[in-house]
Amino acid sequence: MDVRSPQQETVTAQRGRSEPEAAPVGTGAFARRALQRLTGLREFNILVALLVLGAFLSVTTDAFLTTGNLFGVARAFSLTAIVAIGQTMVILTGGIDLSVGSVLALAGLSTGMLLERGVPLPVAMLAGLGVGALVGLVNGLLITRVGLPPFIATLGTLSIGRGLVYVLTKGYPVTVPYDYQAFVWLGQGYIWIIPVPVVIMVVLTLLGTIFLGFTTYGRYIYAVGGNPEAARLAGIPVERVKLLVYVLCSTLAALAGLILVARLVSAQPSAGLGFELPVIAAAIIGGTSLMGGEGTVLGAVLGAAIMGVLENGMVLLGVSTYAQQAVTGTVIVLAVALDIWQKRRRARVRRARG
Amino acid sequence: MTVPVLEARNISKRFPGVVALERVSLSVFPGEVLAVVGENGAGKSTLMKILSGALQPDEGEILLDGQVVRFTDPRHALARGIGIIYQELSVIDALSVGENVFLGRLPERPGLRGSVDWPRLWRDAARVLERVGVPIDPQRQVRELSVAQKQLVEIARALSQDVRVLILDEPTSSLSLQETERLFEILRGLRAQGVAIIYISHRLEEIFTLADRVTVLRDGRVVGTLPIGEATREGLIRMMVGRDLSAYYRTVRSSPGAVRLEVRGLCRTGTLQDVNLTVRAGEIVGLAGLVGAGRTELARCLFGVDPIDTGEIRVDGQVVTIRNPRDAVRHGIVLVPEDRKLQGLVLILSVRENITLPVLERLARLGFPSRRAEEQVTQSFVERLRIRTPSLEQRVMNLSGGNQQKVVLARALATNPKVLILDEPTRGIDVGAKAEVHALIAELAEAGMGILLISSELPEVLTMSHRILVMSGGRIVAEFSREEATEERVLAAATGHPVAA
Repeated sequence: MDVRSPQQETVTAQRGRSEPEAAPVGTGAFARRALQRLTGLREFNILVALLVLGAFLSVTTDAFLTTGNLFGVARAFSLTAIVAIGQTMVILTGGIDLSVGSVLALAGLSTGMLLERGVPLPVAMLAGLGVGALVGLVNGLLITRVGLPPFIATLGTLSIGRGLVYVLTKGYPVTVPYDYQAFVWLGQGYIWIIPVPVVIMVVLTLLGTIFLGFTTYGRYIYAVGGNPEAARLAGIPVERVKLLVYVLCSTLAALAGLILVARLVSAQPSAGLGFELPVIAAAIIGGTSLMGGEGTVLGAVLGAAIMGVLENGMVLLGVSTYAQQAVTGTVIVLAVALDIWQKRRRARVRRARG
Repeated sequence: MTVPVLEARNISKRFPGVVALERVSLSVFPGEVLAVVGENGAGKSTLMKILSGALQPDEGEILLDGQVVRFTDPRHALARGIGIIYQELSVIDALSVGENVFLGRLPERPGLRGSVDWPRLWRDAARVLERVGVPIDPQRQVRELSVAQKQLVEIARALSQDVRVLILDEPTSSLSLQETERLFEILRGLRAQGVAIIYISHRLEEIFTLADRVTVLRDGRVVGTLPIGEATREGLIRMMVGRDLSAYYRTVRSSPGAVRLEVRGLCRTGTLQDVNLTVRAGEIVGLAGLVGAGRTELARCLFGVDPIDTGEIRVDGQVVTIRNPRDAVRHGIVLVPEDRKLQGLVLILSVRENITLPVLERLARLGFPSRRAEEQVTQSFVERLRIRTPSLEQRVMNLSGGNQQKVVLARALATNPKVLILDEPTRGIDVGAKAEVHALIAELAEAGMGILLISSELPEVLTMSHRILVMSGGRIVAEFSREEATEERVLAAATGHPVAA
């Protein structure tokens, strides 16, 4: 028999009774709460883990702590991070988007093919992003209107998207003409000493954080994931919110696709194959709950960072490529297990505190 | 005098910072129903968990048949004959009735470990179900059963293990009147077989029809134990809350004004047939009926959750089209749904985030809600509704049931509605919170809101409402003024046997 939930109920009831009628909300309390929240945050834990990992690699390898390597790592995980921002929003609503890898390839290919035919750069790029947005819209409509589970709908578009890519390319890569310097800059350029994709990632992290934390629709996303029925009964446009997150996620995947094509100066038909896994892993390591309603953009980006640093570290330490996968998997499992363990402990402390 | 089958002596239990139970003693004899009443947080559930082995007492002892025992866990207590049925059911929908009854103890085919002896399972399950007096086919999927039937399956499971003490925690909170009566018959049957029953409920009416004795808990202490013959409703309430609650049911004094909500010819295939009603400003219209009579369905249609086939809804004389809850809120209709956890609250969000959810766009500039405006709105409702929360940022999952319900109410009120539809607004909340909710409803009506009150607690409907509409089979079958309405008449109309007025 389940004895946990009723237990929690009584103790909180007792707590309710012993509390003052309405506790004052002062600035001192705010600072204390802020500190408590900081140390209790998943993001904080990952940051600490990231720093520990970084310190370890700095000591054990010569190559890790160099500007070149650090920015190289950042550029490598920036694509995962950019897409993980969108994926986090989808997962927050209680959904999942498996189609990101195909969208990445399809969008990159669209832009690449248009450039090959001499279409002006802004048009080609907008078309690529538009293809992404369109797939997102299809995902969203399949989920909200047709009622498909997100897993199934996006599994479908994953296959369709990849199929289209192969049909369009017949399996051959499409090369971007070299005169599009502005485009190539997107993937290979630097702003000061920082690679452009990293700058894009940082800007998007900021925008995503503001969007989720401070806007009406951001709040709606958490509410829809926390309890879709309650959200609907509160008058929230649940379907519109869902459509929005799938469109955003696919558009970000498309952007990542364009950056990748710019970096390689060619659109590979196999680009982004299996990309959904590291993206989802980044969100989850970052503290996003697959149940919806819990998670942040910053967490997802840090999740991508930790996987990127880990991968880099293993390369530097000479760990075999085969073993690397296993290590990455172990980290995912450990991160989530730790989180669950910590949540349980905190719930116990909370209950004990009465 | 016989020996109590189960006795608790001077049980104390402390959680850091809180004394949950303080030297609590009670005893239950074979073949009796002992009711345990008290407000939320009085310590009822903690006590029951100690009696059933889920928690260990800090002090005091438990005696079984006069012998001191220590239960290390619920399985141990069950093995010694003490079963508990929690409010939240723990049957498994995907399995059959029989499998649920013998969950964890499925009979195995002799000589073939791990292989279920199905014929024996069905036979044994049928026998147990018969003892409980429940004619359910053991091979049916639990998924297909009603809540009431699922509960009976759980009782059957407890009894299949030769339980001598059966503890029920708020068993009727989601049962209809008929189902409750059916459950009581079964419990009386078990009592006649010598089973001791400890029955926890918020509904005093039930205690008077079922219990032999009643023990009242308040703030972790036993206030008293009375034979039911010596207890009165008012007396029990006084013992539970430690003060008189004259406002337990508050009557509205104001008289109704202009028509706020008018519904004409509302139909929805399968659930509603030609529903007509009006609610005036300052009027509380009670909607009575059995579970499944169409009350909740009507509320959902009015709020745009479910679409209507035909019919017209007017608010303040204007015809309105309501396709979804968003439209309803815009037109001034708001619903406080039946199940606050499933439909009302986003449990992982804070008090502030829950209350401001429907008005976020109004509190926002360029899509950015003003934190200060949100806090002002929330603070004003926290004060007005006396929501007990350590802070506005507390997650609502950590509030008590009564305070959660106030958060749902606050959220509805934040939209500043003209018509408020309340679906079971006091279900499962304690007496004190209930009185506060009743007072609030009365205040709102007096301030000119039109209120449609759905409740399965007849005394609530009868004393709060100006008029009572009775639904049955998806239509409104009777209407009574407050003066005309009696429990008997309303019940008769609801069950389709009208009594001459």
